[in-house]
Parts: sequence; C-alpha cells; structure tokens
Amino acid sequence: MARMKNDYENSWWPKLMRWLDNGSTALDDRMEEEMEETHEGHLLPSPEEIAAQEARREERIQQKLTDELELYARAHHWSRTKGTKIADWAYRILAVVICVSIIWVLLQTASYLPSFGSPDNPAHNEVSRRYIEKGMEETGAVNIVAGMILDYRAFDTLGESNVLFVAACSVMILLRVSSDKKHHISSVHQLEMEADDRMYEPKDDLILQRATAFLVPVILLFGVYGLLNGHISPGGGFSGGAIMGAGLILYLNAYGFQKAQRFFTFTVFKAISACALSFYALSKAYSFFTGANHLPSFITPGTPGNLFSAGLIPYLNIAVGLVVCCTMYAFYTHFRKGDM
Amino acid sequence: MEILNILLLIFIIVCAVAVSLTKNLFTSIVIFMSQSLAMSIIWLLLESPDLAVTEAAVGAGITSLLLFVTLKKIHAIDQQKKGAAQHGTDEE
Repeated sequence: MARMKNDYENSWWPKLMRWLDNGSTALDDRMEEEMEETHEGHLLPSPEEIAAQEARREERIQQKLTDELELYARAHHWSRTKGTKIADWAYRILAVVICVSIIWVLLQTASYLPSFGSPDNPAHNEVSRRYIEKGMEETGAVNIVAGMILDYRAFDTLGESNVLFVAACSVMILLRVSSDKKHHISSVHQLEMEADDRMYEPKDDLILQRATAFLVPVILLFGVYGLLNGHISPGGGFSGGAIMGAGLILYLNAYGFQKAQRFFTFTVFKAISACALSFYALSKAYSFFTGANHLPSFITPGTPGNLFSAGLIPYLNIAVGLVVCCTMYAFYTHFRKGDM
Repeated sequence: MEILNILLLIFIIVCAVAVSLTKNLFTSIVIFMSQSLAMSIIWLLLESPDLAVTEAAVGAGITSLLLFVTLKKIHAIDQQKKGAAQHGTDEE
C-alpha cells in the first residue's frame, strides 16, 4: 500500500503558489525573522537587545495587521454597499437570460426531432430491423430487450455494471467510518456516534415489522422472478436487482442492523460483487472470442421460451442483478452509518 | 389512453416545476417521488415494461430513500421542524 503524504505544505504546488504570491505570506515572514534571530543568537545579545527585538517584532506585526485591516475595509466598502446591489441585479437578469436561452435551445432542438412513431424515422434502420427479425433466432431470448442488452450489446452492460461497482466503491471511500476500535479519542468517538445513527432509529416498531414480515418475502420473490425470467418476460438484471435491493433495505429498516448483519456483511458484498463481475467478464470474453473467430461454442440459444435457454443471458442476468442488489444495499448502509 | 398520457405528461411538468419552487426539502423529495411514479406509468403506456419496473424501483424507491437519508444525515428535517416550531411560538 502506498504511504499517505501528509506533508502538503512542503509539496510543489503550495510552494509554487507561495512563489507566485511573491513569498509574502505570514508564515514566510515569521520564518525569516526567526532565521535572523538565530543568526544573531551566536553573538549572545544582552537581555535589553532581546527585549528591543521583541518590541520591534511586535510593532512590525501590529503594523502589518492594521495595514491589512485598512486594505480589507477599503476593498470591501464598495462591494458591501453598492456592489451587492449590482451583483444581485446582475444575478437575477443573468438567471432569467440563461434560463430563457436554454429553453429556446431545447425547444428549437425539439422542433427538429422526427415525429413520434413515424415509420421513416432514422431510428428504424437495418440495425433495429435485424434485432426485431432475427433477435429471437440468434439469441434465443423471447424478450428482445434482454437479447439486445445482454447479447448484442453485452459489452455496454458490462461497463454499466462496472460503473455501479465503482460508484459503490467511491461511496465507501467517502462515507466509510473506520471501524478501528484502538483509537478511542473522544472526537473520533463522537464522529463515529454521529455517523452511526442506529441509536436514533425507532426500535422494534411492531406495525413496520409485521408489514415487513409479510412484504419482504414477496418483494424478494418478485425480484428473483424478474431476474430468472429476464429473457422471457419483462424484467432482467437491473430491475430485478433493484427490487431485491429495495426489499433488503426494507428489511434492514424494520429489524435493524444487527439482524441484517447476520447474512449481509462487507465480506459478503465483496465476494458477491467480485464473483459476479468476473463471471460476467470471463464468460462474455469466451463467447466473444468464439463468436469472432467462428469457433464452435458450447453456448447454444436453446428453445426460446424455456427457462434454461438463450445461452448465457439468464446467467448474465443473475450476475448483473446480484451486483445491482449489493450496490443498492451498500449505498443505503453507507449513507446510514458508514459501514455495512 | 391519449388523454391519460397527456394528463401524466402535464403532471410531470407540474411536478418538475413544483420541486424547484417548494421551500421544504422533505416535500420536494415526495414530489420527486410522485414524478418518478408518473414517469413509470408513462413508460408502461409506451409499452416498455422493463423500463417501467426499473423506474419505479430506482427512481421512486431507492433514489428518494437515499435523498431522505441524506436529509436526515445533514439534520435538515429536524432543523426545519425546529424552525417551524420556533416560528409558530413567535407568532403566538
């Protein structure tokens, strides 16, 4: 692991900025004075000299402070009185102008769009005709959308699920509270308490729990149904995974973190996400390789309409759904308490 | 069906304007949720049930949940309640 650099003041960017500011920051002045003092310190000055030096320094600092205050007041007098008014008006007028111009541009663009549903639209070209006419035959998926996003455009979907995973990672980087119990400094402890709002949530709400006990199995079943039948009926990885994630979040809200942590921890999240994404990438790499080189492949479309048909699509649906479900749940838990 | 479509589209525009005009953040999230729900019905009418299910789950469900949690995290809901209560006592 790379070591963290906490030496920002001495890195090249602040140095460059200081140089651009002619090096006249308060810190530099202080350092120069200190260096002067140390040089003179070799001559062992008498106490009076030290006192005089101290006085001179105090005077210089005082002078600088008053100068700065005066400059500040002079610079801000105009902006406090007349400047705010002008800026206010400019803000309003500019807001109206920008709004109107954006509306005008959007309306102009909309007027150039082809009419809705007309048969000679540019979208109705040979690509969509191929998808509609040969989609079922080539992919084995009755649901054309699933055939498109997980067979013809499988590479796009891989990117999308990776985007979700990266989003979950960045949420963790931003919101994860360190669970390191060794440093119990009071401020850190307080921050943790602040982030961990389990103590503020209503505990054991009977109505919510009874409703959840009835609803969550149904929601999860519907999500699994959407996942498994993605290539036959509407549904598929994203919607099924989102429904399952919503069911898990409902369960978490009703029964609290302690019960949810029995089956869904950070380790589980890591394992499921990594396995699903690598399965997707590897299996699709295989099918692309064989398809592009016209090699025989053991993935066949099968009988359209069967549950186990359409080649890789049901398995890819499951992988995408698991990633989406884990990501949604991870988002929620990290927003709630900065941990899983 | 045409009338329902037009009504839903008008509802979406009204919601989109109302979200930016409401002062209360909590209310604006609820309006955002209802806009998402109307949008999912429109997807259903446009015969794309895939999108309708995803819109209902992600737009109306998880996005608004995350927004609610964020409001709670930055203590926006408590403060607004407190501000409203204080305003009430001042008027009394």
